[in-house]
Amino acid sequence: MEFLVASAIGFLTASGIYLVLRLRTFPVIMGTSLLTYAVNVFLFASGGLTVGGPPILTDALLYTDPLPQALVLTAIVISFGMTAVVVMIALGAYLGGDDDHVDDPLIDPPTDVPPDVPSDLPTDLRPEDAQ
Amino acid sequence: MSLFLVVALPFLGAMLPGLMNSAGRKACAGVTFTVSLLALIGLLTNLPAVLAGELVTARFDWIPLLGLNFTLMLDGLGFFFAALILTIGLLIIAYARHYLAREDNMGEFFTYLLLFQGAMVGIVLSDNVLLLLVFWELTSLSSFLLIGYWKHLPEGRQGARMALTVTGMGGLAMIAGMLILGQIVGSYDLSIILQSREVIQSSPLYVPALILILLGCFTKSAQFPFHFWLPHAMAAPTPVSAYLHSATMVKAGIFLMARMWPVLSGTPEWFMIVTTAGLITMVLGAVIALFKHDLKALLAFSTVSHLGLITMLLGTGTAFGAMAAMFHILNHATFKAALFMSAGIIDHETHTRDIRKLGGLRHLMPVTFVIATLAALSMAGIPLLNGFLSKEMMLEEAYDTTLFGTPWLLPALAVFGSLFSAAYSFRLIGHVFLGPVRNDYPARPHDPGMGLWLPPALLIVPVVVIGLMPSLAEPFVKMVTASVLGTTADVPDAHFKIWHGLVPPLYMSIVAVVGGLLMLAVFTPALRLWDGAPRPEAKRIFDSIIAGTVSLSRGLIRPLHDGTFTRYAAIMVVTVIAVGAHAWVTGTVGPATRAPQPANVVQFAGWLMLVLTACGLVVFHRNRLLSLILIGIVGLMVSVGFVFFSAPDLAMTQLTVEVVTIILLLLALNFLPNRTPVESTILRRVRDGGIAVAGGFVAMGLTYYYLLRDPVAPSISEFHLANAYKGGGGTNVVNVILVDFRGFDTYGEIIVLGIAALLIFALTESLLSGPVRARLLNRKPDQARAGGSHSLMPVVLTRVIMPVVLMVGFFIFLRGHNEPGGGFIAGLIVSIAFVMQYMASGFSWTSERLRYPYHGVIGAGVLIAGLTGVGSWFFGKPFLTSDFTYVRIPPFEKFELATAALFDLGVFLAVFGAVMLSLESFSRLARRAHVPGREPPEDSDHSRRKSAGMEA
Repeated sequence: MEFLVASAIGFLTASGIYLVLRLRTFPVIMGTSLLTYAVNVFLFASGGLTVGGPPILTDALLYTDPLPQALVLTAIVISFGMTAVVVMIALGAYLGGDDDHVDDPLIDPPTDVPPDVPSDLPTDLRPEDAQ
Repeated sequence: MSLFLVVALPFLGAMLPGLMNSAGRKACAGVTFTVSLLALIGLLTNLPAVLAGELVTARFDWIPLLGLNFTLMLDGLGFFFAALILTIGLLIIAYARHYLAREDNMGEFFTYLLLFQGAMVGIVLSDNVLLLLVFWELTSLSSFLLIGYWKHLPEGRQGARMALTVTGMGGLAMIAGMLILGQIVGSYDLSIILQSREVIQSSPLYVPALILILLGCFTKSAQFPFHFWLPHAMAAPTPVSAYLHSATMVKAGIFLMARMWPVLSGTPEWFMIVTTAGLITMVLGAVIALFKHDLKALLAFSTVSHLGLITMLLGTGTAFGAMAAMFHILNHATFKAALFMSAGIIDHETHTRDIRKLGGLRHLMPVTFVIATLAALSMAGIPLLNGFLSKEMMLEEAYDTTLFGTPWLLPALAVFGSLFSAAYSFRLIGHVFLGPVRNDYPARPHDPGMGLWLPPALLIVPVVVIGLMPSLAEPFVKMVTASVLGTTADVPDAHFKIWHGLVPPLYMSIVAVVGGLLMLAVFTPALRLWDGAPRPEAKRIFDSIIAGTVSLSRGLIRPLHDGTFTRYAAIMVVTVIAVGAHAWVTGTVGPATRAPQPANVVQFAGWLMLVLTACGLVVFHRNRLLSLILIGIVGLMVSVGFVFFSAPDLAMTQLTVEVVTIILLLLALNFLPNRTPVESTILRRVRDGGIAVAGGFVAMGLTYYYLLRDPVAPSISEFHLANAYKGGGGTNVVNVILVDFRGFDTYGEIIVLGIAALLIFALTESLLSGPVRARLLNRKPDQARAGGSHSLMPVVLTRVIMPVVLMVGFFIFLRGHNEPGGGFIAGLIVSIAFVMQYMASGFSWTSERLRYPYHGVIGAGVLIAGLTGVGSWFFGKPFLTSDFTYVRIPPFEKFELATAALFDLGVFLAVFGAVMLSLESFSRLARRAHVPGREPPEDSDHSRRKSAGMEA
């Protein structure tokens, strides 16, 4: 059973990393969600895997470790908040620039231009905007 | 009055002017004046104790483990400075009330001023060096706001930035110096540090500490080579200049040198650094001041020069020098504040500060003429005014001091500086007020109303009174000197007199004054010479240093930080894998201490589903709708896993979060393209796949090895299990941890959640107010819309089950303390109930029925949770101590009442509000884009329907 959990975390992590390395915002958000699952399950599992011993005090003898559960519970809720913020930023970027790439399209060539020289060129010369 | 209150009053009062802004200028200035006056009265109530030689203290442990305590003390020196800050502050407030123009935001101005005042009072009353540093940085920040108050002026902004850069850098150096000092002594309490002269001066770290602390003092007090920021700060409104540069900001560095005098002074290093810097500053400032045409720039450089004089006196390290320095601080504050205010009056009435455009004002502005002339003569060191007395003492001290082994060097330079000082004072009188009346003033000059001239006139009173009867000031100055000297030396018994007989300082004084007059006589050729001479421009040097630093860091950062997110992510993942691999190869792994538990077919099936969907996400990620479904399955399987591994709370949370997350992503997909195009090359995909597989293996290996081993240290979980019922009164240990044991963490977390939701709201607002709004309005949906906007079935169904869902939420909330449930889960469930209404009946229908905005709900939640925590203070317990009791109301069974339930209510509200605000923000974007003319959903209430129709 330990191997199943560990390999599940491994699969989630691998898929998450692959998606995070994609070029568009939506797969990256999916990837971070998968990584969130992986991390949450890992934190949860750090208390050990117990079947049939929920941390509800009864006459039972076996209880699972409650502390990772408390930590993960808030982590799940906060991860919703963070996902929402990232999605909003992605959405704003897309609506504002009609572009959902995660990478900055303007990669500065290593020039010796002094930083404060104002350029006469428009800052944005990407072909999509020329329409 | 307690010292706490004296320091706290300006800070607390700083809120008032902003609030009173709409009540008018009079009320605004009045309330500021009252606050300062109260603080001053509070300070004065401590005067008898200070005069009796007692040390008034107030102590409050803040972070005792770090040695940072809120400790205040009031001795002669502290009293002197605090009184100076508050008294001149009062006059400045009265002056500013009449000086500021109608379009200036007075509330903002007085708020900054009070913040600054509080920070200054804090510096001079601190008994803990760390606390002093906090106030020190606060003065840098608040003076930044004050100097840049006229935001529309580029000089104002640049001056403010420069002041902040220079004094902020000095502040950083000083933090390091103070920390070293604290390490040497073993305490951060000033009163203990001041007793440890021998320990400090014999320490090898004395010189680094000294240099670092002096860097802080010199930058703040504009000593050479950091003097250049002060004249640029003159772009501030004149009341600010008068306040910052006569009595407060720049005197903070002087104050600290005086405060540290007993432990730092008296060594050759101190003498060399401080005296030399002071001397250079004094001479340089005086010479530059003479040739400045801007009235305020002249005064600014004269301030630099006088600060140099005081620094030099402190540098000599003798008791007489310290006494002369204290006396000059008093005198300089009075005449310089009066002069700044006069310059402000001239600027205000003639609309220029250029000396070349002025002259002959004595007939037109007689009152200002008298005030400014008396103050300027005092600055020049003319007898019967207070400036003369301290200047004589300075010359006497200079006469007795040998610098670089040359006995004549210091006296000669002091006379040279005084000569220029006299010259620019005379120039100020001569070129502004004397001479013929001109007819080309930019405005018709006349004396201002009493509101503007009374504050400087009041400052002239001590200038003349001390000048005529120096014995009046003597006991006070000697008391202050005594507290500067501490136990290191006795107060000199020299008396303050106008006539000392025919002694060298008198001759030096005569030379300076006569020389000053001669200098003014040859001013025109001297100016030509000065203008022709090459000299370094401090601002240009400063700017090029800043530009150099910027391009250096740009050169370092750009190659690494080029805006390619994918690259950063790849670098991070590879680094983590490499570090993990290194640890794996070089470290040792203990033997497995747990036997693996067997797995059965059902578990394997669940695993398979999770793994397949995770892989499916990678394969089908280009189809975004499909990947949403797949990620939903992943979330579901994780929830099932939580159920299986004894975590019912987690399962419920995961399940509900899953629902709102999917809705959120659906809302986003409404705008984003539905497919991800193929862009990366095969090679790149293989590379990413390789990184991903390696990362997955690392995560798997780590987890697997971890799961088969027991923790190295005993877990604290046993404590929670044992005490959940006894101490927290609940049987659901997870919930008790959340709302009780780790309540403070939870409190922080709901605040974070609330901030995230507000951030989303703010982003939506800014999107909707920008160009995106037009784009949204013109947007055509990229897919065909469904026929009816609100079908009847879901509308009826969601409305019918709404009360049921709410009741479930209520039930889950109530039972949370003992059974799985609680505020987090209940908040999510109730959110889903609301979201269903939005989905079925539409945005406008639902929001029309909302009585409370979600921001308010978040705020109420955080407030309730916070107040629950504060409540325990009233019982003398620490923040968030919970309590519970069992209550029995006759017809019902005995039930439990816990304060933790109230805290959980706060959690519930915050979670609910945050989730709803985020989702609502997204759908507001969608609403902008929606097709006009849609029918509102079915509604039995026809009176509402009309308005809803108009809305849509």
